[in-house]
Amino acid sequence: MGWYIGKRLLQMIPVFFGATLLVYAMVFFIPGDPIQAMFGEKAVNPLIAQQLREQFHLDQPFYMQYLIWLKGIFQGDFGMSFSGRPVIDEIAQAYPVTVKLACIALCFEAVIGVILGVIAGLTKGKWFDTTALIISLLLIAVPTFVMGFLLQVVLGVKLQWFPVTVGANQSLEALVMPGFVLASVSIAYVLRLTRTSVAENAHADYVRTATAKGLRRGQVISRHILRNSLIPVVTFLGVDLGALMGGAIVTEGIFNVPGVGNKLFQAIMRDQGPTIVSLVTILVIVFMVMSLLVDLLYAALDPRIRLA
Amino acid sequence: MPETDLTHPVTDVTDLATQPHFVADWDESTVGEIDALDESVPPASLWKEAGRKLIRRPTFIVAALMIVVILAVTIFPTWFSAGDPKAGCLLANRFGPATAGAPLGFDQQGCNVWTFIVYGARPSVLVGVLAMLAVLLLGGTIGALAGWYGHWLDAILSRLGDIFYAIPTVLAALVFLNSQKGKGGTTMVFLVVGVIAVFAWPQMARITRGAVLSVKSSDFITASRALGVSNRKILLRHVLPNAAAPMIVVATTSLGTYIVLEATLSFLGLGLPLSMHSWGSQVASAQGLIRNHPDQLFYPSAALALTVLAFIMLGDAVRDALDPKAAR
Repeated sequence: MGWYIGKRLLQMIPVFFGATLLVYAMVFFIPGDPIQAMFGEKAVNPLIAQQLREQFHLDQPFYMQYLIWLKGIFQGDFGMSFSGRPVIDEIAQAYPVTVKLACIALCFEAVIGVILGVIAGLTKGKWFDTTALIISLLLIAVPTFVMGFLLQVVLGVKLQWFPVTVGANQSLEALVMPGFVLASVSIAYVLRLTRTSVAENAHADYVRTATAKGLRRGQVISRHILRNSLIPVVTFLGVDLGALMGGAIVTEGIFNVPGVGNKLFQAIMRDQGPTIVSLVTILVIVFMVMSLLVDLLYAALDPRIRLA
Repeated sequence: MPETDLTHPVTDVTDLATQPHFVADWDESTVGEIDALDESVPPASLWKEAGRKLIRRPTFIVAALMIVVILAVTIFPTWFSAGDPKAGCLLANRFGPATAGAPLGFDQQGCNVWTFIVYGARPSVLVGVLAMLAVLLLGGTIGALAGWYGHWLDAILSRLGDIFYAIPTVLAALVFLNSQKGKGGTTMVFLVVGVIAVFAWPQMARITRGAVLSVKSSDFITASRALGVSNRKILLRHVLPNAAAPMIVVATTSLGTYIVLEATLSFLGLGLPLSMHSWGSQVASAQGLIRNHPDQLFYPSAALALTVLAFIMLGDAVRDALDPKAAR
């Protein structure tokens, strides 16, 4: 086990360097002058421009800028955004909202997806199963931004059940709708995964044995079928949480949630190189660590899996 | 009571193979089952069998019909609407009701909504199909090379895949496309397709690699080797056709995803330019009307969702038909 974790951590190193270099290169080759962008329409004093260029190392060649940035990362310094605030402060401000949103989305996925999936799997081929499959198709087919607007119009504007946007009001009530929208596609995947898994296990030998020894149906389902069927579902949810932590650019944009995704999109639109690279780096690290944890969890839940 | 599962061997064959005395699996087929086999016709190939299964599935028929209509709209938009969507925009018609030539009424600029919807099909479908082909080519080639040659090439290509896999595709596309703002329509189509291909290939490469690895160890490959067939010929003639089924399944399922991706990028203003009337940018320009004219938001959204639905259903049906484990 220790050997496996070590190997996985070692494999992360090239991915970390590769991914950051890739993002850094894409940001570096954005045409246009970020210093000029800071001043908008006004003419820039060449002396100040020169000073700023030196301050942000913009006068250095590409590889030097990357190395300087890398050195900063290793020292825990994520650099300054062009607006003069440390990037880490902006991240610290935006991250809690994104985590909150991700957790709400995860709850929707786990509750709705698993319950519908279990019932559909146990009644495979019946009307409930067919309906659940059609719902899952619709959830996958409707793009996030369409789903967002749909709920905004119906639940927010027409019925006025939920606030239309989030903004500064980051209460649970305000985050329920964006949380559901963020979860919608994954709910469908969780539903399908649970359904297939339950349907497969429902005919397994150990289930027949459990029924034969006189266990009640409810006990067979909860003790035998569910415990085995939910292993792949739990791992899917783990991977998805890693992706959700990356912030949702579209959902956060539509509902005006001041999270990481929103921050990132603003940084992209305003050509704020340092913010983009540092944010993406953090997201990549979170994603890699989450997928390692999921693999370990998988081995812990299913003793047949041996990590080597 | 469920029927006894006859298709799974009682024990794991790999464990037995390492024992000094190899015992073959016990063939549990009943006599009646063997007698029932019709030996007068040659056994159907995977593809024929899949085709037969597909035609019987209602989802496939519905999806196929929808896709035929969508493709017709994509290739011949003039059959379904009158000419250039931008011609005939009259401010007098602003938010006008439906008329004979404009079944969905008119938008904020007094343009025919239906014509816009019809012309929005082409960029969406074009980007989706091209991106799928590009991913198939790029991911397929890399995966096949990694699986076939193995060793250090596999290690390098797999780590390379990890790098591109770790960066979310939407994010990478946004960062890249932001540096390409203001390019012309055709250029943007290729840039969007290109950026999707560059960041979405690892999944396809993984599937192909796995499939190639499983084919590589089969007897007929050893036989071709023994006959002196060249490496390249084995790879193209024997390995790839046998690895094609999982690749096709992934490709068809992801087609819908790429259409959504294009719409999302265009919605955020960094995908195709407004002049191409992509459904994504139509939704974006209607989002300010959400309170007073939500129908303007609804039409392009519905067109997009229906198109994606058709391709997702197709992908589902193809997977069920080609995967012997699913939908038994």
